[in-house]
Amino acid sequence: MTESKRPPSDFPDIFSRGEKGAAMADAATLPAMRARRGGASRFFAALWRGAVGPIVVVCAAIVALWYLGAVLMNADLQRSAFENAGRKSWTTAELVAGTLSQERPKLPAPHQVAQELWKTVVDTPATSKRSLVYHGGVTLSATLLGFLFGAGLGVGLAVLIVHVKSLERSLMPWIISSQTIPIIALAPMIVIILNQLDITGIVPKAAIAAYLSFFPVTVGMVKGLRSPDPLQLDLMRTYSASQAQTFWSLRLPACVPFLFASLRVGVAAALVGTVVAELTQSADGGFGARLLAGSYYGQTIQIWAAIFAAAACACALIAAVALADRIVARRMGYAR
Amino acid sequence: MNSAMATDRVEAARQAPATTPPVIAARDLSLTYEATDGPVQALSGIDLDIQRGEFVSLIGPSGCGKTTLLRVIADLETASAGSITVNGVSPQEARLNRSYGYVFQAPALYPWRSIAGNVGLPLEIMGYPKAERRERVEKNLALVNLTGFERKFPWQLSGGMQQRASIARALSFDPDLLLMDEPFGALDEIVRDKLNEQLLRLWDLTRKTVVFVTHSIPEAVFLSTRIVVMSPRPGRIHETIPCDFPRDRTLDIRETPEFLEIANRVRHGLREGHSYE
Repeated sequence: MTESKRPPSDFPDIFSRGEKGAAMADAATLPAMRARRGGASRFFAALWRGAVGPIVVVCAAIVALWYLGAVLMNADLQRSAFENAGRKSWTTAELVAGTLSQERPKLPAPHQVAQELWKTVVDTPATSKRSLVYHGGVTLSATLLGFLFGAGLGVGLAVLIVHVKSLERSLMPWIISSQTIPIIALAPMIVIILNQLDITGIVPKAAIAAYLSFFPVTVGMVKGLRSPDPLQLDLMRTYSASQAQTFWSLRLPACVPFLFASLRVGVAAALVGTVVAELTQSADGGFGARLLAGSYYGQTIQIWAAIFAAAACACALIAAVALADRIVARRMGYAR
Repeated sequence: MNSAMATDRVEAARQAPATTPPVIAARDLSLTYEATDGPVQALSGIDLDIQRGEFVSLIGPSGCGKTTLLRVIADLETASAGSITVNGVSPQEARLNRSYGYVFQAPALYPWRSIAGNVGLPLEIMGYPKAERRERVEKNLALVNLTGFERKFPWQLSGGMQQRASIARALSFDPDLLLMDEPFGALDEIVRDKLNEQLLRLWDLTRKTVVFVTHSIPEAVFLSTRIVVMSPRPGRIHETIPCDFPRDRTLDIRETPEFLEIANRVRHGLREGHSYE
């Protein structure tokens, strides 16, 4: 009845939310096939509109691609496994099922990683060296210590750079070049040098975490400490405020939003630094040690589980910084 | 009563030079700064005396150096030639003595401080004890009709209210001299009229000396006891026009012939001083 009015588009609802009722009526009167297509399109359109919808769609797409990749990447291995077992022929279904349940796949399937995560996080006691909670604790303690060092160093350098003009030109090139060296090359050196000085355990790892995390804090803080506009600075001058008073009453509060933005980057960098350090200093455990052990023995599932656990930890750290940011912003009247 | 007050003022003005030295005394003041395309003469040969209790407006087109002159008085810029004293000492000493309050074009409130915190900022810097700080903040917020907004943050206030808070901040440590750089330039006509009236009340009440930069003729005529007309390239004083309406004038005087006459003199002065070469 309304065929002429409605173009045979698959996603009318994105553009015409008001016509939902009309679309329903269409679905009832049109032939079954068209009704199903209309239903599917409406389903996807509704998904895309909601707050959760787009997230679900993107996640589903990633998982689907991942499964496809797992099948394609593991197929060769599976065929030789079948051949080695003396089988001459197999169905596609058998091949696909095989690729998704290998013990050491090139690319483990999402459910295998999920199972491994469940096993090592929930089923294993946290005190066991096979528990990812145990390794997470090792990594997180070094990360947090390193982040504290790094943030403190970053803030200190920024304060110096802002207040002593000659330091900007003499320090900044070193600060920047320190970040151009691949950390994977530098980390073993730092560990060896510190071990020579009888500094072992958590400190060398924290030092590497600090090495990566101070940089964004310095850059952000320098920018933040310089963010007061000339008017705000002139105001302090009309009160004959000292440099220290200007710092505490103006520069420092003005740089707080910048500080939290750089702390978010810094905390994630600290975790990366710790994991890299753990590749060198793997005896203590940690996510890096898990990655290393996994790659020694071809335990790809274990590697992917460690990667996901590390990513989850980084997300949690960033969320904690964001929470602190919101609390401080509210207290300082920045939150609207 | 009005005329009595007017005579009062004229009396005061006549006596002032004899008894007290001028608050601001500039002699042959010049300021040249280096721009990328050569030196720019921002101020040239400025001679100006401002007596205690006066309300002096500096008016002129943009680029005539009126803000620069105010900033030299405040020791935010340094003159390159000539002499200037503020309260009988150099601008730098006057600034270190905290002898003036400065109101900028923008309110320049610190966004992370409440209104009370902003008004109390100079008091904190100057080391007033806490109880006195609270008292002064309360008093000065009442003076600008902002009682009840102590705990609000600047963004929660309108532009006019923010500028009033910034005036309360400049008054909080009770300086004798108030330097105001186009404080109402960004506000609409209606708010501006209202604030002009409030500022005049404040001036009458506190007996402070005010130097006021503006480019609005009616504002200058309504507020001032003296209008200094400036002209650009190089920035210099073109003419000084006395403007002695009673201290408790209201906005109504803007329709009187005397008001219009002075406004016309200012307009002529501005036109003469402004050459379009």
